[in-house]
Amino acid sequence: MYFFIYLAGFLLLRRIIKTVKLTPLHVKWGSILNIASGIIWVLFIALSKLPDGLDALVSAALLGGILYYFLQEPDFKLVRPYIIAHYPLVGITAISGLVELVSSKFYSENDDYFELAILVGFTWIFARWASSKKQEEEFKLVNQQNIVLDKLVAERTAELQKQRDELQETVKLLQTTQQQLIQSEKLASLGELTAGIAHEIQNPLNFVNNFSEVSMELIDEMGEELEKGDAEEAMAIANDIKQNLEKIRHHGKRADGIVKGMLQHSRASSDVQEPTNVNNLADEYLRLAYHGLRAKDKSFNAEMVTHFDDALPVVNIVPQDVGRVLLNMFNNAFYAVQQKQKSGLAGYKPTIEVSTQKVDKWLEIRVKDNGTGIPDEIKDKILQPFFTTKPTGEGTGLGLSLSYDIIVKAHNGQIDIDSKEGEYTVFIVKLPL
Amino acid sequence: MKILVVDDEADVQPLFLQRFRKEIRNNEIEFNFAQSGEAALTFLHDKQSEVVLILSDINMPGMSGLELLTHIREDFDTPPPPVVMMITAYGDEENHRQAMEKGADDFLTKPLDFNLLKEKLKTFTEQ
Repeated sequence: MYFFIYLAGFLLLRRIIKTVKLTPLHVKWGSILNIASGIIWVLFIALSKLPDGLDALVSAALLGGILYYFLQEPDFKLVRPYIIAHYPLVGITAISGLVELVSSKFYSENDDYFELAILVGFTWIFARWASSKKQEEEFKLVNQQNIVLDKLVAERTAELQKQRDELQETVKLLQTTQQQLIQSEKLASLGELTAGIAHEIQNPLNFVNNFSEVSMELIDEMGEELEKGDAEEAMAIANDIKQNLEKIRHHGKRADGIVKGMLQHSRASSDVQEPTNVNNLADEYLRLAYHGLRAKDKSFNAEMVTHFDDALPVVNIVPQDVGRVLLNMFNNAFYAVQQKQKSGLAGYKPTIEVSTQKVDKWLEIRVKDNGTGIPDEIKDKILQPFFTTKPTGEGTGLGLSLSYDIIVKAHNGQIDIDSKEGEYTVFIVKLPL
Repeated sequence: MKILVVDDEADVQPLFLQRFRKEIRNNEIEFNFAQSGEAALTFLHDKQSEVVLILSDINMPGMSGLELLTHIREDFDTPPPPVVMMITAYGDEENHRQAMEKGADDFLTKPLDFNLLKEKLKTFTEQ
């Protein structure tokens, strides 16, 4: 009857051999397990000579030892539920052997039950094995599905990667286009400036011409004085000439500075922050904006009121960038009052107010105009790129959006807008000190 | 003849003094200068009777030349009213019309032609 326990042990070993057959574990375990399965039958024959009862206990202990050994071995983790399924057989065999040893009479009277119990224990193993095999098949199926899924994921990943690369290319293209747009916006505002700059250069040039002309006359006069022998008067005239030459130099430099400023405005931003006097910057660009507009519309006039705080500290900014922001705001302000003036309001006096002041840790520049104002429904949109209220061709719609980038993103500042339609608009630029 | 020149450019002063040095030396003309419309009005309040002719730029920060002209015509109308000539870089019709409307006697454009200015001054003094 204990044949079943050896059969179970043998089948267990065969089953494990089968499981490891196609895995790397085969090298380690294949031959050992084969030999062990042979030894089981040798032991069966050898131990069958043992007295009744004892042979059951020994065979139970043997199978129990095999089970214990496999449970300890991490290589067989996967077949663990199958190994555990042998417990009832081992237990029942051990109990029946014990009973036979203690009371062979009781055993022989009930041996049918014991044998039946052993058969049930043996059958239990195979019932468990069948169900675990089913699980294993399911597991295999899931594994296969996983492989399919992995492949699918890899395909999708490759697709996404490709799309990402394409998008990166597009972003690069957009960035280039944006740079070009910024450049064309700069050129557009430069175009508006040209007339203003021409006027600004005209003044120093007039001085250069006038002082050099007058100096030529003075030299003639000096010659006359020398002929007369009045060296003292000749010296006085020579001094005047010297002063005039200094003035010529001064105004030449002034014109030079204006041209340099113009070049600075048109070339790509250097992004170098330098300590800047904002009052001078605002004054310079206010004049340029005014003259630029005057050049286009000679009948236009506006009162410009400036309240520059003389005690304003210098601030570290990229002057040509902030200059562009100011220019843009002045242009907008002049445009707004010009539009309102065109509507023919009686007694309307176009006024642009520019003020600077230090408020806490901020340097504040306010540009206020009493022009058309900004309607509530477009207040949210005016900072968006390409948004413009001007007729096609007159505005790029990039002015305020670039201003926002310059002040908020590049200088960590703020732009606040306050406006009442038909009454006024105030732009407040705040720069951190 | 006392002339008041109103221009925000400071270097206009030595320029006029040198251009008219002969006339100044011969005591034909005396120049006074103001760098803003406001300063010109203050000066006129003190010495209105002495000033015969006012030369004023139009484009100046603060009070513009045209506003100054209005003030002069309103506040200093005791005869004989001073002769006012307006100067501007913009030789445009609109400014010219406005200046004439507000009572300017003449209109000059920058860059100033000093020979032309001298001719004009001569005609005004002869009148």
